[in-house]
Amino acid sequence: MYIIVVGGGKVGYYLTKELLQAGHEVVLLEKHPPRAAQIADELGSIVLTLDGCEGQSLARAGAKRADIVAAVTGDDEDNLVVCQMAKHHFSVPRAIARVNNPKNEELFRHLGVDEIISPTRTVLGAIEQDIPVHELLHLAELERGDLEVLEAQIEEGSPAVGRRSREIALPDGCSLFILIRDEVAQPIRPETLFQAGDKIIAITRTECEAALREELIGTAPTPR
Amino acid sequence: MKALIVGCGRVGAGLADRLARAGHDVTILDTSTRAFERLPADFAGKAIRGNGIDEDVLRRAGLAGADLFAALTEGDNRNVLMAQLARETFAVPRVVAKVNDPVRAEAYAALGLATLCRTTILEDAILEYLGEPVDGVRGVQPPTGHDHPLEARPAPAPPAVATGTRPEPAAPPGEA
Repeated sequence: MYIIVVGGGKVGYYLTKELLQAGHEVVLLEKHPPRAAQIADELGSIVLTLDGCEGQSLARAGAKRADIVAAVTGDDEDNLVVCQMAKHHFSVPRAIARVNNPKNEELFRHLGVDEIISPTRTVLGAIEQDIPVHELLHLAELERGDLEVLEAQIEEGSPAVGRRSREIALPDGCSLFILIRDEVAQPIRPETLFQAGDKIIAITRTECEAALREELIGTAPTPR
Repeated sequence: MKALIVGCGRVGAGLADRLARAGHDVTILDTSTRAFERLPADFAGKAIRGNGIDEDVLRRAGLAGADLFAALTEGDNRNVLMAQLARETFAVPRVVAKVNDPVRAEAYAALGLATLCRTTILEDAILEYLGEPVDGVRGVQPPTGHDHPLEARPAPAPPAVATGTRPEPAAPPGEA
């Protein structure tokens, strides 16, 4: 397959290297001469020192017979233009763009970019998966870290909803301390009834945190 | 008319001022507040600092509901990106993008954007001044091709798992 890679940053460099190793015919367009020379030293004469966004550059790279154009510069606008020029001016069957601003993904798809690679979205997805949706918020450490002050947001579906403070089986060393409801703080008494939307400030020994979470928030999605 | 202009250079600032003086509701956007020094002290429009290639910034600047969007920054590709945002995402009826590379200017005119190419405009002006033949003076190149940049596409393909299927090559609209 004949593949044109535009942008000789880290992504473009490693992409080109892998594609060459896989036996594809590859040309890399990089507009900055020092960077282009550096890559050419390593990968051989498959680098053209050209701005892939210029109308002429894609023509010189042989875009008319390319199977794929991959635009992987750090700038969304450049990647969009490369892909649109490739598709409309040179009829390249497949255009792939790196998109940095996740908000641009939809526009790029709408404008005909075939494949969208979004590092921001990928990392974001990985992070969101790793963090349980409802977490205990750490507010402060006391006694050199042995005790923690935490905030728990009570949501619909939490085991604490509809229960009184005294009904909650807390591990030793935990104490529910303040209830914040409608932005008003009040002390928690044994008869205090919890409802969704409440915030509870608690003090706990560090090792009891998991048990506290289970009582107030529920079984958190297992990370990973 | 409600107008949003991105890029407060000489052209952007001048255009914003002239439109504002004509009584239009004008907002101008630039990434540098210093650029706003080009605006006259009595400029009647709004000047907002922000990056026009960010959809959120354009929305805050009031692009939804604008009648005119002009992308006049120094970057051809930035102009092309935000002009297409304006047209596709915000459905602005009149969109002009400055594209100084003649090849790109023509390509995007064929894709349905009104483009403005300083290069050809100056060439034409000088040739005309010299009395040389000019094949039709090109100011703003009105869209020559499609109303839409691309044929309507089906819903985005599911995440890229290598399935071996390949999309059909898209026929180039407008011109070969």
